[in-house]
Amino acid sequence: MTAMDAYNFAYLDEETKRMIRRALLKAVAIPGYQVPFASREMPMPYGWGTGGVQVTAACLMADDVLKVIDQGADDTTNAVSIRRFFQRTADVAVTEETEAATIIQTRHRIPEAALREGQIMVFQVPIPEPLRFLEPRETETRRMHALADYGLMQVKLYEDIARHGEIATAYAYPVRVEGRYVMDPSPIPKFDNPKLNDSPALMLFGAGREQRIYALPPYTQVESLDFDDHPFVASKADHACDICGATESYLDEVITDDQGGRMFVCSDTAFCRSRQGDAA
Amino acid sequence: MNMQPISGGFSNAPLQSATAFRAVLQAMSRPGLWQAIDGAAPPAPLSQASGALILTLADPNTPVHLAGTLDCDAVRGWITFHTGAPLVAAQDADFAVGAWDDLQPLDRFAIGTPEYPDRAATLIIELDGVPAANARLTGPGIDGEITAFCPGDRPTAFPLGLDLILTDGARIMGLPRSTGLEFL
Repeated sequence: MTAMDAYNFAYLDEETKRMIRRALLKAVAIPGYQVPFASREMPMPYGWGTGGVQVTAACLMADDVLKVIDQGADDTTNAVSIRRFFQRTADVAVTEETEAATIIQTRHRIPEAALREGQIMVFQVPIPEPLRFLEPRETETRRMHALADYGLMQVKLYEDIARHGEIATAYAYPVRVEGRYVMDPSPIPKFDNPKLNDSPALMLFGAGREQRIYALPPYTQVESLDFDDHPFVASKADHACDICGATESYLDEVITDDQGGRMFVCSDTAFCRSRQGDAA
Repeated sequence: MNMQPISGGFSNAPLQSATAFRAVLQAMSRPGLWQAIDGAAPPAPLSQASGALILTLADPNTPVHLAGTLDCDAVRGWITFHTGAPLVAAQDADFAVGAWDDLQPLDRFAIGTPEYPDRAATLIIELDGVPAANARLTGPGIDGEITAFCPGDRPTAFPLGLDLILTDGARIMGLPRSTGLEFL
């Protein structure tokens, strides 16, 4: 018996998929609002993308082409294990090329290559509530969202400026969706925030442990919070990639020895490889 | 024995409901654009599209309201057999199916609460042919603006509101509460 016979298509049972699908539709109808859902135990630990895996499982069609990345890389443990999970349980085609994928599940990056209409990005989210570290009570944060009372978040960003001279938040940088909900874009570097705005692709966010799903439809206005005199800056390491020479991509700093040696390389491995192919 | 309620469901539910759901997801995330949806053969007068929507989204946890001529034994029996969804009055419904006129007045349906705007009904509106575009649509999911046919306005106080899915034969168009409507 193969894995495909041992499991329902895409692992989850149909009733669970229906529940997730209904949550997804409400999430799309109310961009940036966190829809509660009955997150299931998945055969992987919390923190490994159980929310993203459930969203992907609920969306996956038999003829989809799936790409999975972890911090931009296709070949790290998290990405490889989730990709194999869906190969085994849905027999779905996989790719490392951003352009060839119809669904891209991601942990903490948005690919460098431009996304297109019809593509679906699925983000793995650890803490979906952007106000959680400012206000621990769910009853209070829920009321703050209901009233669009986001002054506390502006105070937090202001305190960053008062202490550090700039907004020190470098990842999970809060955004405002269509002028209404403040949303955690998941721990993507703020370098990726501008890619959320007016994207042709559908963006879905799943938080398994916290049991929340939210979404950005294509062509949605997504604004990073800032101040007139301290505007948002999408920053990256001030280097070129040491492998492909790209100056416009987000870089990882890699320690190469214990003598202080280091190199900067593209975090998006597929992007870096395509550029090496171009150069060769 | 009347076999009609038993036929007309998905023959391969996991694969067909996945395909149908993608059509709904596309419809809701791209308001104003029609998407093909099939796989269901419900009894008349329920359309193929509405049948597929119900098979994909409804189950014992989602009360369904049937309006007008759809509230008949054939449709009730088919939905009950295939989904187990309770058939209820308008104010209790997660999903409501019917012609635009039969669903009036729309303020009977749940539009959510400020804390839980997701607790709002989804209306599946059966059209018989699609008249010419009569409204300009703007908002999330729309690249600039688009014109489309809308049967009428709906109560909306974003983020509260009703989410609409128009059906015509074997295709659907989404009209979520986030879409701005300007009638031409």
